[in-house]
Amino acid sequence: MRVWLRRRRRWVTFGVVIAVVAAAAGAWWWYTEPPPHTTEDLRIEVGTDEPAELDARLYVPDSVPAPAVLLAHGFGGTKESVTESAERLAGRGYVVLTWTARGFGASGGLIHLNAPAYEVADASELLDYLADRDEVERDGDGDPRVAAVGGSYGGALSLLLAGYDDRVDAIVPQITWHSLAESLFPNHADPAGTADDGRGEGVADTGTPPGHDGVFKRAWAGLFYATGLAGAGPPGVSAQGAPALPPACGRWAPDVCAVYQEIAASGRLTPQARELLDASSPASVLSHIEAPTLLIQGQADTLFDLGQAEANAEGIINAPVKVAWYAGGHDAAGTASDQERIDALTVRWLDFHLKGEGDDPGDDFTYSRIGGVTSSRSDLATVGLTRDSYPGLAGTESPLSVRVEQPVTATIASPPDGTPAALSSLPSLGQLATFAGAGFGGDIPGQFAAVETESFDDAVDIVGAPSVSLRAASPTGEAVLFVKLYDVDSSGRATLPNGLIAPVRLTGLPTDIADAEPVTVTLPGIVHRLEPGHHLRIVVATADQSYAGPVEPVEYTIAMPDRVTLPQTTSTPLPSQDGAWQVALVVLLIALPVGAAGAWLVARIRHRRRDRSVDPDTADVPLVVRGLRKVYADGFAAVNGVDYRVERGQVVGLLGPNGAGKTTSLRVLMGLLQPSDGEIRVFGHRVTPGAPVLSRLGALVEGPGLLPHLSGMDNLRLFWRATGRPESEARLDEVVRIADLGERIHRKVRTYSHGMKQRIAIAQAMLGMPELLVLDEPTDGLDPPQIAEMRRVLHDYASDGRAVLVSSHLLAEVEQTCSHVVVMSRGRVVGTGEVKDVIGSGGRLEDAFLELVE
Amino acid sequence: MSTVVAPDGAAPGYRAHATLTFGTEFRRQLTRRRTQVTLALLALLPVVLYLAFTIGGDQVGGDDDDSGNAFALADFGTFGAANFTLFALLVSSSFLLVVVVALFCGDTVAGEAGWGSLRYLLAVPVPRGRLLAVKFAVGVAFSALAMLLLTGMSLLVGFLAYGWEPLRAPLGGEMAADEAVWRVLGVAGYLGVTLLVVAGLALVLSVSTDAPLAAVGGAVLLHIVSNILNAVTALGDLRDVLPTRYAQAWLGLLSQPAQYDEMVRGIVVSLLYAALFTVLAFVRFQRKDVTS
Repeated sequence: MRVWLRRRRRWVTFGVVIAVVAAAAGAWWWYTEPPPHTTEDLRIEVGTDEPAELDARLYVPDSVPAPAVLLAHGFGGTKESVTESAERLAGRGYVVLTWTARGFGASGGLIHLNAPAYEVADASELLDYLADRDEVERDGDGDPRVAAVGGSYGGALSLLLAGYDDRVDAIVPQITWHSLAESLFPNHADPAGTADDGRGEGVADTGTPPGHDGVFKRAWAGLFYATGLAGAGPPGVSAQGAPALPPACGRWAPDVCAVYQEIAASGRLTPQARELLDASSPASVLSHIEAPTLLIQGQADTLFDLGQAEANAEGIINAPVKVAWYAGGHDAAGTASDQERIDALTVRWLDFHLKGEGDDPGDDFTYSRIGGVTSSRSDLATVGLTRDSYPGLAGTESPLSVRVEQPVTATIASPPDGTPAALSSLPSLGQLATFAGAGFGGDIPGQFAAVETESFDDAVDIVGAPSVSLRAASPTGEAVLFVKLYDVDSSGRATLPNGLIAPVRLTGLPTDIADAEPVTVTLPGIVHRLEPGHHLRIVVATADQSYAGPVEPVEYTIAMPDRVTLPQTTSTPLPSQDGAWQVALVVLLIALPVGAAGAWLVARIRHRRRDRSVDPDTADVPLVVRGLRKVYADGFAAVNGVDYRVERGQVVGLLGPNGAGKTTSLRVLMGLLQPSDGEIRVFGHRVTPGAPVLSRLGALVEGPGLLPHLSGMDNLRLFWRATGRPESEARLDEVVRIADLGERIHRKVRTYSHGMKQRIAIAQAMLGMPELLVLDEPTDGLDPPQIAEMRRVLHDYASDGRAVLVSSHLLAEVEQTCSHVVVMSRGRVVGTGEVKDVIGSGGRLEDAFLELVE
Repeated sequence: MSTVVAPDGAAPGYRAHATLTFGTEFRRQLTRRRTQVTLALLALLPVVLYLAFTIGGDQVGGDDDDSGNAFALADFGTFGAANFTLFALLVSSSFLLVVVVALFCGDTVAGEAGWGSLRYLLAVPVPRGRLLAVKFAVGVAFSALAMLLLTGMSLLVGFLAYGWEPLRAPLGGEMAADEAVWRVLGVAGYLGVTLLVVAGLALVLSVSTDAPLAAVGGAVLLHIVSNILNAVTALGDLRDVLPTRYAQAWLGLLSQPAQYDEMVRGIVVSLLYAALFTVLAFVRFQRKDVTS
């Protein structure tokens, strides 16, 4: 067994490595692959006054009964759009019900925009359905343990459902609205002097504040309208046998469609529109919500800004509320690390409030700031930040008030029908404006006024909603303005953080600016860092392509803000989510030096322990070769049981035809090859790779090995230096004399002839006058006088107790140079002894040789 | 004749750990024309870049034929010493530095084998582990020197040509010049760590072949293959095991504050690969039959 193991050590090692790698891969797979779950596609009948069949899918985890999650999709989506989230939640052990909302995809019915009697009632019926399923854990009869989760359209549904149906145990609404009327008709102007408490009272239970009027968010509204028309084209997914959809309204419910057409045509919020939008807004039901609520809002969202989440958070007074922001939203997907953070928050929220597992998620607040780009995903990178509670858009610290350099009063023109207009953002692409030079933000001359602050010496973080105060005069008494805050770098490049702007509709304005009262404009909340050297530019413009302005041309006089207030919030960076990698790095940084030191130590100990003992019988014999065998990896036995000796004072010739195994035996002698069997002893010491006794051997085997870029002299010097032995031992002068190169020894080896290289190589082998000199074809390339000289040198060399082994195929040469010969053929020694004995009676070495190698 | 020999049979004055010192090997390599030319080239590259920027000056940041590329560092190359250095590092990191490191480390053993001098060093005898360790150390030292020359000369040329200006990041962030220099040095350091993978790979190939060109070319080739696989997004998470996966994680140093997560991953992956290759090279060389 042991022999077998040793023979096949390579394969055994290889097998072990493969096994370890496979085991690691398996463990990794097992660790990362979510537990399996099954899915079931369903059609669920819902609704009474507009019955519809919902296209649904139930994800059932391995272990049941389990709490359930009602997972709603966004506007225009289907149950397929949330597959990834559903699978992740099912993997975490939740029964997940996804469905396509009424009016979309393969579900029946019309779009009622989350109306309480339709979409919200549908969701309640889905709760009934879940309560009937055995896989779902129940709190009571007909009351499943369930959470409602969803983004945007689905997020508002979860809020509304929790407001109307107290069976909901937790909700996680994401990037959704508080008041649709406020979101589609934003007005960021506060009545004078009330900027401090923001929305404050009046919001909680009544929906949109009374008298609210704003600027119609035309681009976004149009996009939604178009989505609802999707079914109006050729018959496709719409319910079978259904009458053709009206071209103007598609799958929109008639009342919603009528309201859209009305507000889109006029650009104003009518009472009917207001009533309908309020019914679809969580604002109306927040005080009834008793389910713990995790509100996740996007910072890159020109549709539902951070203020909407803040209003929701303030309105939910009967349940725990936690708020989180991330760098995505309706305009951007957010970064991978953000997504991981949001997913982790969601799962923790559900685990605690549905399963009772884990710590109370509490009400600490996390958000993120874009801080560069990641490489592996070629995407934006975010810095995660946290603080102990939600700070509000007004900030927690006293705000930073920054003066503008030169307050101005300017007259600006509102173009007829709002065209041409600046382009601050495009729906769903708002984040592009964050990049400098992305093509947005071109304010139209004559239509805007701007003031700038001085540049900042230190970086300033804005977390929340900046505000400015301005005065305006208009001949009509009304004005529609767009207030923007640009970050301008030292070279003048301006960026509009997340493309967010503040539309303002002012009424009751005087015609003379002198009579105008100050109006505070609170901009949408942002998370943005102003780098040192940057400054802020406040722009007030009259038109924007995403919004509907007044049709008639008009000129306003604006007293521009003389300062901008920047909300401040203290926070700490989130600990890296890459903890495992950091640990791995520390482990590596310790393990690698320790491993290297360990390997060095082991090598040293093994080096010391190696058998260096002297065989007393051959301690004074320069070379003993015993039973040497060398079988190459391909099975060829180059040397097959060779024995010979070289005694002191001898010049031994190693003879043999090509392929006899001469060179192989010399390579083993130099410690270059591991013998398969047998041994070589030099002065009684066994030769192994790197055996110290090799230092008493000088060799020239298979031609010179010189550094071509150095002179012959430098080659000799550097070679001796590489031995680490004292300079005095080298006998450099003697050796140089033997090489006999004259001045040419100082020229580069590259320029040498073959014979010159050969002589330097012989000199190199003789450096330090080793006791055993091994020369392979030493006369190769030498001319006759040099050969004669070499013969004398070798003879002298051996005369004082040293020994020389010369391998050659020049028989006459060997005959004249050597005292003894070893004749090899086909890996074996076929003759050995004194030259004259080997020659025998024939008189010529050649005859004897040919006879031997036959 | 009889001289006093050590019990292990060594010649007088021979000590295994005194053979082929770092200094000797460093001299052997430094005297090579190829080493000198490579180092000179890297030192001159910043000057060449400067000339290129000067001659083609009108185009810099002017025409936007590659607009939309947020990483268009070339547009910022002339903004100051830090930007210039960053640009020089960026353009050389993907190929030039790879070749240079592969050259210095892939030539270690294969180069000696090619000259035929390997067998004489081993018969000195220089212990095999020591030979490889010293040669690898010298190869890595020359690689580091190349990196240092490129970075240092870029800073110098950038400073003389464009001044000590703040670093302007591709996404619009700005960083004070003094801090920026540290960041740029960090980038150089990170690139150096990732290039250790190439160094290790070249070493393995170097002990596996007697042709220096095969070792150098093989290391560069495998590096490029890894880069190509990394570009195949369809491979998904499988790409995470590629040694070049985090090759551009140094971008994190251009953020404010710096983002280290990806760099930590990159360093871990690089060190693992480098260690693996190095161990492989040592194991292989210890057992190998030297036939060159």
